[in-house]
Amino acid sequence: MEQFILTLIGIPFLAFVSSLFVPGKKEHTIALIVKLATGINLLVAIAFSIAWLLQGANSIHFTEMTVLESGHYVFHLDLFADKLSITFLLVGSILLFLVAIFSRRYLHRESGYKRFFNVFLFFVFGYLLILFSGNFETMFMGWEILGLSSFLLIAFYRDRYLPVKNAVKVFSIYRIGDVGLILTMWLSHHLWGQNVAFHELTDVKEIHSTLINHSGEARVIALLLFLAVSAKSALFPFSSWLPRAMEGPTPSSAIFYGSLSVHIGVFLLIRTMPYWEDQILINWFFGAVGLITFVLANFTARVQSTIKSQVGYASLAQIGIIVIEVALGWESVALVHSAANAFYRSYQLLISPSLVTYKIREQFYHFQKRKSTIEDSWPKRLEYTLYIWSIQEWRLDSGMYRWLWNPLKRIGRMLQFLSNKWAFLVVIPAMVTGVTLLTLHTKLPQFWLNLLPNVFSVIGLVAVLKAFTERKQVFASWLLVLFNQFCILLAIAFNEHLSNKELVIFLCGVVFSGLTGLLALNRLKRKEGLIALDAFQGHVYEHKGIALVFLLACLGMAGFPITPTFIGEDLLFSHIGENQFFLATTVAVSFIVDGIALIRLYARIFLGPHVKNYHEVAKRSS
Amino acid sequence: MNATNHSFSLEKCLEHLKHYLPSQAPLKDFIHHNTLHAFQEDDFHTALEKAATIFGYKVYLELKEYRALFAKGSISERALERALTDHIEGDSRSFYRTMLFNGPGDVQPDKRIGQVRHYWKSLYKVDMDSRVHPQLFRLISGYIDQGVAVWHFPSSDEGFLASVRKLEQFALDGLFRSKRVKKLLQNEKTELNDLLTVLLGKEQLFENYLFDQQFAHPGWSGMVSVLENSPNALLHKKAISLYDLIFIECLFEIDVLDDVFGKGWEPIVAYTHSDPLPLFSPVRKEVGMALFKIWQDAYEWSYYDQVLNTLVAGSKYPVKGEGHDFQALFCMDDRECSIRRHLELIDSKCQTFGTPGHFNLEFFFQPEGGQFVTKVCPVPTNPLVLIKEVENKLKKRKDLHFSERNHGLFGGIVITTLAGWLAPFKLALNIVKPSISPLTSSPSKHMDPKSKLIIENQNGVVENGLQVGFTIEQMTDRLEGLLRSIGLTSQFSPLIYMIGHGSTSVNNTHYAGYDCGACSGRPGSVNARVIAWIGNHPPVRKLLKERGIEIPFTTHFVGALHDTSRDEIYFFDTDQLNESAKTAHEKNEAVFKLALSRNAKERSRRFMSINTSNEDGQVHERVKLRTVSLFEPRPELNHATNALAVVGRRQFTEHAFLDRRAFMNSYDYRIDPEGRFLETILNAVAPVAGGINLEYYFSRVDNQQLGAGTKLPHNVVGLIGVANGIDGDLRTGLPYQMIEVHDPMRLLVIVEHKSDVVLQSIQRNQRTYNWFHEEWVHLVVWDPEAHQFYRFRQGVMEAYEPLPTGVEDHSDLKPIIESSWENINPFIIKK
Repeated sequence: MEQFILTLIGIPFLAFVSSLFVPGKKEHTIALIVKLATGINLLVAIAFSIAWLLQGANSIHFTEMTVLESGHYVFHLDLFADKLSITFLLVGSILLFLVAIFSRRYLHRESGYKRFFNVFLFFVFGYLLILFSGNFETMFMGWEILGLSSFLLIAFYRDRYLPVKNAVKVFSIYRIGDVGLILTMWLSHHLWGQNVAFHELTDVKEIHSTLINHSGEARVIALLLFLAVSAKSALFPFSSWLPRAMEGPTPSSAIFYGSLSVHIGVFLLIRTMPYWEDQILINWFFGAVGLITFVLANFTARVQSTIKSQVGYASLAQIGIIVIEVALGWESVALVHSAANAFYRSYQLLISPSLVTYKIREQFYHFQKRKSTIEDSWPKRLEYTLYIWSIQEWRLDSGMYRWLWNPLKRIGRMLQFLSNKWAFLVVIPAMVTGVTLLTLHTKLPQFWLNLLPNVFSVIGLVAVLKAFTERKQVFASWLLVLFNQFCILLAIAFNEHLSNKELVIFLCGVVFSGLTGLLALNRLKRKEGLIALDAFQGHVYEHKGIALVFLLACLGMAGFPITPTFIGEDLLFSHIGENQFFLATTVAVSFIVDGIALIRLYARIFLGPHVKNYHEVAKRSS
Repeated sequence: MNATNHSFSLEKCLEHLKHYLPSQAPLKDFIHHNTLHAFQEDDFHTALEKAATIFGYKVYLELKEYRALFAKGSISERALERALTDHIEGDSRSFYRTMLFNGPGDVQPDKRIGQVRHYWKSLYKVDMDSRVHPQLFRLISGYIDQGVAVWHFPSSDEGFLASVRKLEQFALDGLFRSKRVKKLLQNEKTELNDLLTVLLGKEQLFENYLFDQQFAHPGWSGMVSVLENSPNALLHKKAISLYDLIFIECLFEIDVLDDVFGKGWEPIVAYTHSDPLPLFSPVRKEVGMALFKIWQDAYEWSYYDQVLNTLVAGSKYPVKGEGHDFQALFCMDDRECSIRRHLELIDSKCQTFGTPGHFNLEFFFQPEGGQFVTKVCPVPTNPLVLIKEVENKLKKRKDLHFSERNHGLFGGIVITTLAGWLAPFKLALNIVKPSISPLTSSPSKHMDPKSKLIIENQNGVVENGLQVGFTIEQMTDRLEGLLRSIGLTSQFSPLIYMIGHGSTSVNNTHYAGYDCGACSGRPGSVNARVIAWIGNHPPVRKLLKERGIEIPFTTHFVGALHDTSRDEIYFFDTDQLNESAKTAHEKNEAVFKLALSRNAKERSRRFMSINTSNEDGQVHERVKLRTVSLFEPRPELNHATNALAVVGRRQFTEHAFLDRRAFMNSYDYRIDPEGRFLETILNAVAPVAGGINLEYYFSRVDNQQLGAGTKLPHNVVGLIGVANGIDGDLRTGLPYQMIEVHDPMRLLVIVEHKSDVVLQSIQRNQRTYNWFHEEWVHLVVWDPEAHQFYRFRQGVMEAYEPLPTGVEDHSDLKPIIESSWENINPFIIKK
């Protein structure tokens, strides 16, 4: 059985890696790889499901490898499978196979054919990793891969403004969700003194006794998890990203944002049921959010005059109901409902261009004056108000700006008095002092030892906020992100003793990526002169290589699972005490903002309409 | 606030705006036209330079593309040298010659549009487009929506502005945040000028600003302007005007500024010291643009000269004998160019003709059960006749996925959970075995071939102001006009096929652009069936005989429809043929069948997914599958690569292989010494073929701004247009998949006649004359008696000698067709 699981995860990964080496012109080879990978995966998935049923439908768990052990900290790559993973596996494999075949022809001769399928396979890998993850650490890897591949798919048409803008938007919201997961990991470390594997959750007694003894933490964990769920499944108040994700080729919108991506939140919710199912209040809360999501999405869907946003919101309305079902404890009902919804919405999106032919013909033969809908029978005041709110998507999109991004930017801008020069004049001496103080670590009074971590985490946060709002200087922005990482490291180092090994693990990725990024930027600057940040530059049109290197550097800096820094981040959290909420929060916020700041940098420099106009450049509104 | 001495006239400015905005109709009425029609009073190159400078359009290929074409041999050295001589004075030629090859590759003038509106970003640090567009687009598309939304825009009867006012008035919490904006909206005396004053403060800025603002979303503005002029384009009528759109947009803008700055902001004039450059002030000629001009001319004439040389070589072959197995009239459409060639090669005794696909009939068609009438003749004509269909037995199938019931609480859950499980099977079925479904746009759904048509008017019946059916006199006029214009007035064969065309496709929002342009973007099946019926109608023949055309009673007309994407032909009313005609028809059907499969094979060479060297039948099956596959964005390539229009006898072109690149209108100069029919033909050829050609040209050279971009991410908006994603502007022009293999060159019209007669014919219609004189299409005349070409240039016909190019001849087409997917140079077909 273990072999089955390893094969299912391994195939897409191998396919992804080998697809990277096929020249872009070779459509047939690329298509063959994708077809084989998704086809074999479907067959293996079916065989696995049958074998699993035959062995009595028991859940399977095993530790594939231990990536790192350091003191009390262990990072296992744990794998796990049960009814939940297998349902999602079957739905996913069927859709992925069908859509792969569909896209193979649909994307014929599209520039970026190869890129599409690279990302497609990467997505499949991330998706399966989440399904079979046996603990939060493993799941988090898949989670990050899903986030990145979503960004790349939404920004597939990277030479236009809207796809890039929306990709950054979606990435930012995903990033908020990520913090939910990071902090969950942190808290459960402390509750159980180790990483909890999902199979242990089935050991109800132990979990429950711990949770009952720590009801405050238990509630926080449930809410943090739900934050991750809401971000990924576009529940209230994050709903507005879902239709905006539909910027890529129709099949990718169909499979990812019509179905697989948005249902992954539901997966997490069901997977972590033991954490929250006995907390009545939490159940009610989840149910309520599900209901609100359903009502808002349903009204919004009804007024949409474009087919993709209509299907997107209709799908979301069903997800709202699915969340209610989960909150009620009807796990199987929710699974059936999710699968059907995923299939249905994918298909609806795939045939969406046919809507014109179909409806125009229908109207030609069966034209009726507009039928009145139920809303028309309501009092005008109610009807008109609801209509306006629905057409404004309940201001959820502008709300995200009003209540989240703009305040963040405002803080960043308040720091404008701090010119970059000054920023470095503050940050660098602070760091030098920090390092010096660190050598005196043991001799410092306890008061300082309590304060310093917070101080450095705040300095780090300031640096990254400044990077996030920087409009002119690319290098300064990049360095500020780098300093943020150092500050966080200092903060933690003051908090608890870090071994050299731990330092190296965290630093090697950051330093290497930091330098690579600087080199890439420098090269671009030599070729293009001034690189501005106040608008998208689209330099990928001429500098594909630099763009790729810089993207990798950004990922390394952001703790994406391509460098050890990924583990390092989790490791750092294990050094934050369970009652240090302030420190945990500032560090977590730093991580969110630094991810967003980095992707913003990449997007602004390399994506969007090209600054040069000797070739076709899209209008901003197109 | 209304000053009396306006230097700025809003009315004039709006007219001006409408002139320049895209004029593309809603999807169901999509029809090709010159994308830059607004510049058409200038000559081609001047117009392009203006368009590039004012609006920032890219209007030629990139220099590096021209250089690559030169390296490949598609642009000949001699043609380039000649173009250089034509455009550049002696002394500077060597400078330009160097620049052509070695000058910097990135020459494109800076655009003028957007100067004033840019201040929001540069001075106010407000990203106006990002904040206003999504709200505005959602509102206007909700208002115009023709059937996507389930819950419709309430109160939409009195016009956009009035409806928004009412909506805002009753709602608890309206669209706008600012109290001032709410007041401005509710005060019915507020005028657009007042809003512009709030924003700009100075009339000198108004015109520039309005152009900047509307050209930031030309798709929506263009659509609104089209709908304002022709409200009947919508089935659900909506009163809408550009004025209302701009009014609401300005309100949104003020709302944003109030939101950001409170009351404390000044209009733009407070921060600017100099007036902007007027958009339409004279455009300075740039060296860079001259390079494009030279390359483009050289590119075009490199190809034209090959064609002209081939035609001359072909004209030396002996003319076919008399007496024909059958005759077939096709649409002049370039897609019919090759099927005619295949028919003639298979049956050397058949004769084919080309004519606009409405067959000289202008009428509205109403299928049985249809709630509306459909125009099936060229767009500019105003038909007075209605043809009705009765006894339609076609079933109309439904598809649950588009049902509005998807959106109720219980309906949603039930449909989703039940139908959801079927979806993967349906999808799998379409991938494995695609077939016609309710989703398909098929020309055979246009009319039931077994139904009856009311073609002859009985007792002057009129319905809704339209005469039902033609009178005998009207029928005779039309048939006579048709036959004379193509030169078919004697030697009628036993069977004459009248073949309209249409195209099958699925998942294709631009389906109307695939059908017959001469039938207003509908399939030509009804026209073909009606003209055949008219031709067989004894009273018509009698009257025709009195007018000098005698059709023998042994001759039968048969209507038919050619499905250009599937390469199938459906014949109509063959059960009404007598025995001998039936036998002859069966024999001909075999000829058609073979020709269709060879035609499919020839087309398949452009499709990478089909191996053209496979056996004919197999290739044809693959071609048919494409048309019903959901995942196939190119059911056919339409008019891509079109470059020629030949007006003349078939014997003039029949020996030349023109690679499906020519519109062909049959015309016999011998029976039209004064060029009367020629005039009518050219009045149609110039705008119709020229319009198609230029739409392809501009969509190809600037697919992002003048075309619709790739269709893969397109999202259907309100059934009237497509946009990218959910926040995008409507996209106009042609999608990338339609134009990617197109070679952007102007249409060369080649007319067979005496040059002075042609000159007189075009001079009689100023509009047509303008097309040629300003060189939006080229005109070359072949004088068949003097054996001499004339090129129409700057108002005169000059004798023209094509640059010598080798002319190859081949007797076997198969290896050539199988050899490459690229354009094939013209050659002589040895028979």
